[in-house]
Amino acid sequence: MPRINRDRLTAVLMLTPSIILVAVFVYGFIAWTGWTSLTDTTSNTLISGQSANYIGEENYAELFSRALDKRFRADLVNTVFFTMMFIIACLGVGLGLAILLDQKVKGENTFRTIFLFPMALSFVVTGVVWRWLFNPTNGINSLPTVIGLPAGTFFWHISDEKLFTFFWQDLPAIFGIILLGVVVFFALRSWAHKQSMLAALLGALALLTMAWLSFGNPSSLIAIARPEEHSFRPALLALVLAAGWQMSGYTMAMYLAGLRGVSEELREAARVDGATELGVYRHVILPLLAPITLSAMIILGHISLKIFDLVYTMGGGDNLYIDMPGMYMYMLSFRGTDVAKGAGIATIMLVMVAVVIVPYLVTQLRSEKSL
Amino acid sequence: MSAVTQSAPTRVPATAAPRAQLRPGRVVVYALLVLASVVFLIPVYMVLVTSFKSIDQVSLSTMWQFPTAFTLESFQRAFERLSPNLLNSVFLVVPATIGSAIIGSLNGYVLSKWQFRGANIIFPLMLFGMFIPYQSILIPLVQFLNSIHLFGNLWGLILVHIVYGIPITTLIFRNYYAEVPTEMLEAGAIDGAGFFGLYRHIVLPISAPGFVVVIIWQFTQIWNEFLFGVTIAQNTPVITVALQNLAGSQIVEWNVQMAGAFLAAIPTLLVYVLLGRYFIRGLLAGSIKG
Repeated sequence: MPRINRDRLTAVLMLTPSIILVAVFVYGFIAWTGWTSLTDTTSNTLISGQSANYIGEENYAELFSRALDKRFRADLVNTVFFTMMFIIACLGVGLGLAILLDQKVKGENTFRTIFLFPMALSFVVTGVVWRWLFNPTNGINSLPTVIGLPAGTFFWHISDEKLFTFFWQDLPAIFGIILLGVVVFFALRSWAHKQSMLAALLGALALLTMAWLSFGNPSSLIAIARPEEHSFRPALLALVLAAGWQMSGYTMAMYLAGLRGVSEELREAARVDGATELGVYRHVILPLLAPITLSAMIILGHISLKIFDLVYTMGGGDNLYIDMPGMYMYMLSFRGTDVAKGAGIATIMLVMVAVVIVPYLVTQLRSEKSL
Repeated sequence: MSAVTQSAPTRVPATAAPRAQLRPGRVVVYALLVLASVVFLIPVYMVLVTSFKSIDQVSLSTMWQFPTAFTLESFQRAFERLSPNLLNSVFLVVPATIGSAIIGSLNGYVLSKWQFRGANIIFPLMLFGMFIPYQSILIPLVQFLNSIHLFGNLWGLILVHIVYGIPITTLIFRNYYAEVPTEMLEAGAIDGAGFFGLYRHIVLPISAPGFVVVIIWQFTQIWNEFLFGVTIAQNTPVITVALQNLAGSQIVEWNVQMAGAFLAAIPTLLVYVLLGRYFIRGLLAGSIKG
């Protein structure tokens, strides 16, 4: 049928502009950013039109080892702590609210509207409002007084407190210990499943890791001469609270959609088997929600890895206690002159997001096909 | 919102008899829901009480209290300062939203009904574009816009939002059109309709819900966006950028800031309250399968 063939060609032609735009604006620009990060581009070379010099991995080496770039490493530490707390808060609150709303409550629509409306706001609006609420003298610190408790004394986003202080040089050892834990876990599991070959292999790997940890001097992997202190900044709790307020409605909506998919027959069957209302949730419903939890973790995780607006509004680029890579990238490339190093940070951010998103996209689209 | 005590008369369907014994449990459910609602609404309360105060009423010690005299002064001041920016945002949002909805609809139509070889690779590659941190394309983007003289103004920003809106709008429309039975199109094709004929006479007339979801989503996203606004359209600050700049002034007028936040939030909030159903659909579409 020539007719159909011609239409098929038209279809491809209609899609072509979008393909080109995405190819250039996403992939082309990513490559361009990657290239920029390998040069000594500054805003001066850009304005004057001079060509920048290729300097190899110099920018990355500086980000990870130059004393002056400690800010970037502190940002990475902040990102890790913030991401963990943000995901846990959103999952916990979202699941709790979804279960409450799943109890056939009256006024469900009203409650749902209240929990979800912050999603319709800009992070800038959220930041402006919470900045006011976080003022230490009389903001949400004074809320406990409503029920007769003493007022809080935490300085929220401007708190300079530190917890869990460690040295950057400890990181290889910390990763080593985490790896050891994972390997031992899987070794024991494969042993329990009577896969003795796999168990032996993993056991050997565990021994190797242990040997490296005890005799290999892991901290020699770090090229910073002087011990560099990093810590968890409780000021991040302010970001978690504001971002959690805005985003936990999202997890609630995802969980609620999932809960609505669990049939009443299934719940009834579990009740007939003698499960309590709580037991129905624990043993029947929650396991069914596991895929939703994974999706939510990935969506929330990629949001927190690239968070910028909220940090900008609440910290303005000067408050380093809540600083994040996206913020530092902006300061270097658009407020300062070190465009190339900003490009390096941007590339690192992209890699972090890609590690989370690419496997997710692949599995999502594959499972879609099998349906 | 004193629903705690009103919760008693719940209708118990005959089939769910065991639930009748859970009365104390239901009181707890409602109590928790009301408590959570109160917590979620604290910032709203704060915005309202602060923005109805005059500047001499704003003080840390009375920040939680109702204004002693209601005044619209802070709204007036905020509107004076932000109205050009609100207008900028409108000029940005309308064309960018319409543009990306049209492109998304056509793309979705192609990808769901005109499967071609390679589409399985192109579509995921396209989707990845909606997850990237925009920092990773920002430096070249600024240089590119500069070279075509679209840097610093709204036209550049419109272009940027249309381009980076392609993945999500395409995704939503593709999933929406996937539900349209192919037989409908085949019947049209037998009647001699081609690519555009099928789109205009069969697909487009049933696209309204898809367009509503996409338009609401893009409207909210673009209105609320900050990174592109602050980097590539400084000469025409959009509302989020201007709201942030309000804080930069020497004396922090919290009442004006809260009124400004209110003004910036109102358009998207209205859309959400009026069309929340579609908003949630767009929200869940962001997690690919929805």
